[in-house]
Amino acid sequence: MNSGGGGTLLTLAGFFGVLSLFAIGGGNSAVPEMYRFAVDVQHWLSDRQFADSFALAQLTPGPNIIIVTLIGFHVAGVLGALVATLAMCGPPAVFAYFVGGASDRFKGKTWHAVLSRALVPVTIGLIAASAAVVTSTAGYNWMSLAITVGTALMAYFVRVHPLWLFAAAAVIGMSGLL
Amino acid sequence: MSVPSPIPGPAEPSTPTSLPSATLPEQPQPTLTELFIAFATISLSGFGGVLAWSRRMLVEERKWLTAEQFNETYALCSFLPGGNILNFSVIFGARFRGVGGSIAAAGGLMGPPLLLVLIIAGIYAHYGDLPLLRRALTGVASAAAGLMAATVAKMARPLFRNRAVIGPLIAFVTFAAIGVMRWPLPLVLAVIVPASIAAAMVRR
Repeated sequence: MNSGGGGTLLTLAGFFGVLSLFAIGGGNSAVPEMYRFAVDVQHWLSDRQFADSFALAQLTPGPNIIIVTLIGFHVAGVLGALVATLAMCGPPAVFAYFVGGASDRFKGKTWHAVLSRALVPVTIGLIAASAAVVTSTAGYNWMSLAITVGTALMAYFVRVHPLWLFAAAAVIGMSGLL
Repeated sequence: MSVPSPIPGPAEPSTPTSLPSATLPEQPQPTLTELFIAFATISLSGFGGVLAWSRRMLVEERKWLTAEQFNETYALCSFLPGGNILNFSVIFGARFRGVGGSIAAAGGLMGPPLLLVLIIAGIYAHYGDLPLLRRALTGVASAAAGLMAATVAKMARPLFRNRAVIGPLIAFVTFAAIGVMRWPLPLVLAVIVPASIAAAMVRR
């Protein structure tokens, strides 16, 4: 954990505040940008710590955006966690509040369909990129690849609760095959 | 588009006419505490996606929304930046109880997982170097990547209907720019989103 001065907290707030407005399609699509900034640019976390934070966020119930809390905690402890979470949730929440009130009046307009058609492919590309970034972190080997492919096939073809897939993956990991 | 005024109507919960898609008289109106508890429950039940849980709670159990209202609100939230379910909680809370409703619902959604993840972070800070835990986490991260791949595959299926080219192309370029080239997200979106909107308008 780094020592978090006021400057670090400001950087945290600024980065996640801006990122929050670019996170189309939710928390998982912003993972590559978090990695780029927190690991490559700021060196707040090691490659391994980032991969672990991602895994812990997946294991925590609730929105996946909670990975931001873990990054903030690494950088500046509990205060950093709170600052990062507020910065990531605040701007979109204010935005949603105003747009949500207006949306009833604009319902059924064609821009709704146009936006949908325009943004869905972008979201797909972003989530695919997140998967790629996670599979290129340290410690990822041929056995990890087998888990990734196996989970993808299970989730695609069989209706199974993600928690079971995570549990199976954790056990396979612990068994030392990784 | 005119500048939207903040939340017409719902700040006064006694005027159900402000919900045009029919707030039926028998639809119950949640209090602030009920909003907080409902979204905290949704949040804590929701591993790997809270959509199914939010629908079950809000539409089937509490009957605060009809199925149509749920779909419309959720569709809107998926266009907005940030987490879909966070946006949903803000808009949903506002419709019934104004700003306070938004804060109660979003606080219920984010508060409990935030506390939980801080405890987990504390444990990780002490035991994160244990080989057993490290290997388990690598397994979970690998599985989560697989889940995302499955989500992508499901979402991408409709893109390939009618031999469409633009949609798959935009998805691929976005993937390559972010996932392979590792370019900054705001820059990539500043180029790709206008291009995608233009393409969508032409196809209309």
